[in-house]
Amino acid sequence: MKSWLLTKDHKRIAVLYLATVTLFFFLGGAFATLIRVELLTPQGGLVSSETYNKLFTMHGVTMVFFFLIPSIPATLGNFFLPLMIGARDLAFPRINLLSWYLLVIGGLLALFAMLAGGVDTGWTFYTPYSTTYSNSWVIATALGIFVAGFSSILTGLNFIVTVHRMRAPGMTWFRMPLFVWSMYATSLIQVLGTPVLAVTLVLVFCERVFHIGIFDPALGGDPVLFQHLFWFYSHPAVYIMVLPGMGVISEVISVFSRKSVFGYAFVAFSSVAIAVLGFLVWGHHLFVSTQSVYAGMVFSFLSYFVAIPSAIKVFNWTATLYKGSISFATPMLYAFGFIGLFTIGGLTGLFVASLGIDVHVTDTYFVIAHFHYIMVGGTIMAYMAGMHYWWPKMTGRMYPEGWAKLSALVIFLGFNLTFFPQFILGYLGMPRRYHVYPDEFQVLHVLSTAGASVLAVGYLMPMIYFIWSLRYGALAPANPWGATGLEWKTASPPPVHNFDEAPVVTHEAYDYSTVMGEVIEVG
Amino acid sequence: MASDAHGETLALREQFDSEEQQKDASTLGMWIFLITEIMFFGGMFLAYSVYRNFYPHVFAVASSSMNAIIGATNTGVLLCSSFTMVMAVRAAQLGQRKIIILFLVLTLILGIAFLGLKAYEWNVKFEEHHVPGPAFHLDGVDTQGPAQIFFSMYFAMTGLHALHMVVGVGILTWLIIATYKGRFTAGYMTPVDIAGLYWHFVDIIWIFLFPLLYLIDRHLG
Amino acid sequence: MATERVDSVKTYAAVWIVLLILTALTTAVAYVDLGAFSVVAALVIAVVKMLLVALFFMHLRHSTHLTRLVVTGGLVWLMILLLLSFADFMTRGWVGVPGR
Repeated sequence: MKSWLLTKDHKRIAVLYLATVTLFFFLGGAFATLIRVELLTPQGGLVSSETYNKLFTMHGVTMVFFFLIPSIPATLGNFFLPLMIGARDLAFPRINLLSWYLLVIGGLLALFAMLAGGVDTGWTFYTPYSTTYSNSWVIATALGIFVAGFSSILTGLNFIVTVHRMRAPGMTWFRMPLFVWSMYATSLIQVLGTPVLAVTLVLVFCERVFHIGIFDPALGGDPVLFQHLFWFYSHPAVYIMVLPGMGVISEVISVFSRKSVFGYAFVAFSSVAIAVLGFLVWGHHLFVSTQSVYAGMVFSFLSYFVAIPSAIKVFNWTATLYKGSISFATPMLYAFGFIGLFTIGGLTGLFVASLGIDVHVTDTYFVIAHFHYIMVGGTIMAYMAGMHYWWPKMTGRMYPEGWAKLSALVIFLGFNLTFFPQFILGYLGMPRRYHVYPDEFQVLHVLSTAGASVLAVGYLMPMIYFIWSLRYGALAPANPWGATGLEWKTASPPPVHNFDEAPVVTHEAYDYSTVMGEVIEVG
Repeated sequence: MASDAHGETLALREQFDSEEQQKDASTLGMWIFLITEIMFFGGMFLAYSVYRNFYPHVFAVASSSMNAIIGATNTGVLLCSSFTMVMAVRAAQLGQRKIIILFLVLTLILGIAFLGLKAYEWNVKFEEHHVPGPAFHLDGVDTQGPAQIFFSMYFAMTGLHALHMVVGVGILTWLIIATYKGRFTAGYMTPVDIAGLYWHFVDIIWIFLFPLLYLIDRHLG
Repeated sequence: MATERVDSVKTYAAVWIVLLILTALTTAVAYVDLGAFSVVAALVIAVVKMLLVALFFMHLRHSTHLTRLVVTGGLVWLMILLLLSFADFMTRGWVGVPGR
């Protein structure tokens, strides 16, 4: 136990993160379940309005700050980034451990707030409600997010330095796996964006605790300034969530079609482009605030540009499949799910980026459906793809393939049944954050809740068979998929210092001619 | 934060191949940390600029109520501390242990002097009712609200700056003890070096806070 | 390590004196009515002081391209935050719609 809590090994820290974020995922999922059950009936008899406000707030806070942001970077990134570039560890192992403790402390603060009575501001903490009027546990929650933010910053800092300074001999920038590129781009956002959220929460904290006025309109302050500061982080934060997923998909698509990723350099640079462009579009969350019409037009225009690198990725993945030797293993099924769902999420993103349409659909279920297609349909599908792809390497055990394929199918169907009706609901005018609604929306809400229960089953299945496989799964060979990355050149699970002898890289990232012999050997 | 992560041993850490790689990584890590600090203070600079743009006259009056002499003196104190800090780093480069300690102690004294003057200033603000809250009052302005926002920003910005100074004082104290115990040599002075970067950065923040809070449009008020 | 450059005490002392002079200058200038330029003067002096500290005391002039890129990147991102926010605050009321 002590050897785990004081470990500086990036692989063990990754496992600690995995346990932590899984816990928060199921906590957030529990809140989501209550929300969906409540929405079964138009009159909302299950919980009071106040409780409902707390439920969707705590669902958002838990899922965004304590699951999605750390999910792929802190677990899969932590485990595989050093392995993939041939390093013995991250540049700062102790800071890595510190960042896990910060996430735990932040999480405990947020949990304390939830148990003590909850918070009802929405995950966005808009002022002046959060600073002046809300009677819930805003301070403890904000403090928790503040601390967890530093966890995110330190992870990003660690990754950037590691990628710059710790690459194995021969591992040039353009030989790095695309997952490493996407983690690098993600880290840039974490480092540049998160401090702004931190200072915004500090200002909210000061205003609430010391009753000084910074965003208070009664004193001449501007609540929209809060929104600018908040979204300067929180829009790029969406890319913190989805960019690592895109990296996973690049790996998985390549391995299971046994082809080099089409247009490697384009896919690599599109990650960086998304990271940069992501910082220029935050004003599209403020279209219906007092933001000036001109700023709205500028932000709307800039928002379209994010579609370009995103589309480059989708097209290049598809082109990678072309004439590939495709095998429909579980990670690949999840990857297909990702591509389809991310495309729908991305295209509806163009709808809401458009100033005119957004005025119509702002704060409706259309927006809810849109960002769940990105965050759940995108990020979680990719997270599941990555978990299955790397599970044999992390644990040395194979998961049961049949059950895993079934879970991919169940999650895909359940997801669409949950969230597609919400596009229609939103377009018809169902506002978000309401639990009482007109009778004519009930059919769609019932469909959505039905989908959510399918989805819940889908998420429980991997939970069970992953744990089962730890004991009963077949032993995994070093390279079960015939993949090319350095992480497959060492034992499953890898030894403490990752490689028995320091690797020297001589080939590009996805050169399958180098592993042809190996596949037969282990297969 | 980055500095004490490297203090435990002098030996090359196992994840690095060479001392040079270790030093490069630490320095780069510190610079990236400073970037996060730029963005952190950047949010407050944005808030300040927006409200100054909304209420130029009130901000001019409020700014004029500040004691510019103390502000300028404190700027001088901090710049002197940066000079002594860089001298300590230089001594570390040359491996002159006693001189490192001398200059680190001087830096520490100047840092504490800055905090002392700052505390005195805040205390005066309480006596003058320039602290945001029910008792707040500033003479010479039509509306108290925006004036209160000015002082809210003043306390938030100088408060967080002072907090960084306190952290800096802690780091200096630790460095002095570590140097006294002979941890740093000409071959290994990374902690002194990156602590220097941090200290200078905190100085730079004050270089901007001083004119923005104490000086701008003083002739109007 | 061996390539590390050690600057002379003279250089550091000169930079230190210039910084103190600039502090006195910026304080004095604040009492002169320069109209809109008082802000410009104060910020220009502050930027010069920042550059002196960064280039000499923080050894930026001896540092690697990567470090310079990191610093430049940080400042560019600060500018994104300030400029795009002001794209809103400076253009409010242009169309004459109440509240916009």
